[in-house]
Amino acid sequence: MIINFLFASIKAGTPLLFGTTGEIVTEKSGNLNLGVEGMMFMGAFMSFYTAYHTGNLWMALFAAFAIGIFAALIYAFLTVTLMANQNVCGLTLTIFGTGFAKFFGEAMINDAGGSPKLSDTLMAAFSEKKIPLLGDIPVLGKLFFSHNPLVYLAIIIAIICTIYMIKTRAGLNMRAVGENPAAADAAGINVTLVKYFHILLGGGICALGGAYLSLINGGGIWNNSSVVNGQGWISVALVIFASWNPAKAIFGSLIFGAFSVLQFYVPKNIIVIPNAFYVMLPFLITTLVLIVTSMRKSKEGSQPAGCGNNYFREER
Amino acid sequence: MTDVNVKSKQGPLLRVVKKSEISFGKTLALSLLALIAAIVAGGIFIFAIGQNPFKVYATIVQGAWRSKIAIKGTIKIAIPLLIAALGITPAFQMKFWNIGAEGQIIMGGIFATYFALFCYDLPHWLLLILMFVAGMVGGGLWGLIPAYFKTKFGTNETLFTLMLNYIALYIIKYLTEGPWRDPASSGFPKIASFEKNARLDQIFGIHAGWLIGLILVVVVFIYMKYSKQGYEISVVGESVNTARYAGMNVKKIVMRTMFISGAICGIAGMTQVSGAAYTLGEGVAGGVGFTAITVAWLSKLNPVIILIVAVLFSVLDKGCSVMQSTFGLSAAASGILQGIILFFILGFDFFTRYRFVFRKGRKA
Repeated sequence: MIINFLFASIKAGTPLLFGTTGEIVTEKSGNLNLGVEGMMFMGAFMSFYTAYHTGNLWMALFAAFAIGIFAALIYAFLTVTLMANQNVCGLTLTIFGTGFAKFFGEAMINDAGGSPKLSDTLMAAFSEKKIPLLGDIPVLGKLFFSHNPLVYLAIIIAIICTIYMIKTRAGLNMRAVGENPAAADAAGINVTLVKYFHILLGGGICALGGAYLSLINGGGIWNNSSVVNGQGWISVALVIFASWNPAKAIFGSLIFGAFSVLQFYVPKNIIVIPNAFYVMLPFLITTLVLIVTSMRKSKEGSQPAGCGNNYFREER
Repeated sequence: MTDVNVKSKQGPLLRVVKKSEISFGKTLALSLLALIAAIVAGGIFIFAIGQNPFKVYATIVQGAWRSKIAIKGTIKIAIPLLIAALGITPAFQMKFWNIGAEGQIIMGGIFATYFALFCYDLPHWLLLILMFVAGMVGGGLWGLIPAYFKTKFGTNETLFTLMLNYIALYIIKYLTEGPWRDPASSGFPKIASFEKNARLDQIFGIHAGWLIGLILVVVVFIYMKYSKQGYEISVVGESVNTARYAGMNVKKIVMRTMFISGAICGIAGMTQVSGAAYTLGEGVAGGVGFTAITVAWLSKLNPVIILIVAVLFSVLDKGCSVMQSTFGLSAAASGILQGIILFFILGFDFFTRYRFVFRKGRKA
């Protein structure tokens, strides 16, 4: 049962990992994008729509990534070029993205005359598969080597992003922009370009999380109301929990995923805790993490210093 | 040019305020231009999905005003939006990014519901006043928590208030499934409907929340513009250091303002449970707290403009639900159109600020 629980945790945590990695990339370049929920919604719709019409998994993922970039482009243009308030722009993106997905989602339902369903061959393409040999190892095989392909994709992206952020020059530039754009500018870094690139990249990754939700968690059926359902906000919380580090986010998403499925595995007759408590847990713990890091005044585990403020050269 | 700008940026505070007042007419003109551009963009969107933009727009506007019932519906949507946006105003004026209106509405609703459920045999007016005060206290405390940690440890308020929204939401879930569950309802757990005694009275056929909202417009306007506390809020918002040099107790101001901000949002929660829903459900705030932030910001934190924008947004919301029955388009179009309008106005705002800087440079 514990293996099943961990397995389900990984499955539930993966969309969060996408969202969190995307948001970390965005925030590390100095922009707090509260539009994760909206971008996930848009990604969820676009991937489903594409999968429904082309029957191709990779096309669907690409479509999600593309729409995420498009959504992030709106945000980037408003906050970086036009220097509009980041919080408000992010929230607007959430309103817009949610409306976008529900509007076209409903149109899709009307066209199909009922809930649209993906073909079985397509469902098989991203169903859980055992990796040959490795998947047959007892316990470990089930835990690590028999997931759907998107789980591995999420982990690979998170690892690449970590290496990129810590080991490469471009990643260093990005962190410099996020911490102190004026200093980065003085050092000759093109602040605008760096911000644009990472906001767009982050948006694309977030939207992949939406694709996961509609393609895999949705069981191949489009559900207009509950497809994303707050997962974007949990991802924003997870960014704090993972202290802005994608590698930590891998474990963080496992823990948050565990929270979300915990209530189905706790023996109800032995431990009596209200269901609401389980769903509240991620936010409660994130709040505690937020408070503790600020109390310790640790630079490592806190938000990039320049995050939330727009950079205007003449105001430095 | 650059030098002049930098110098004037460091100039005294009052000068900045004065300049922004001068450009108010132009700000308004630009905002209208932005609105027109947004409507055109929305029209292009409607056209792209194969509908006649003029017809759809006409349906939205007529739909919100076509009958008494529709007008009532529109105003009912506007009430919590207006009150919550007014609540956000003092916090944002202080540059305290209170993203927690949603949670503060919810806590206001929870506190008010307590009295509705357990003290319903009190005299009607006493009960309503108790619920009103409870709503304020609930929302206010929920706003005070992040303010306390912000002043004490510098905890990031944007993320903190964001988290508190969901904690509040799941407290409702807990109450609904646990202690406050209506034993009379079989199946889906819910909280019992309020006794008639605990329901907000109607004035002209709509619950009194609209009157409370209008009174709050005046109160917040006067508070922000003419009171000492309102002045202190603006100073802290402009520069914490200036405020400190002037001898202001910044910590006290931040906590007090956040309590007020949360308390007003809490009122929105009280009117929702007591005037609209007659019960407490997970949808009590339903995203209003987030939309209210955009409304407040769009209105440049001016209570009168907030009133106008809140009504406009409600017309859009109500109109889009009518559009659904007429054109078979999803009511979610409301979100798309709201988003487009907001994007345009947020973008156009750049030009008001840019001109502002430019003029200042020339005059200095």
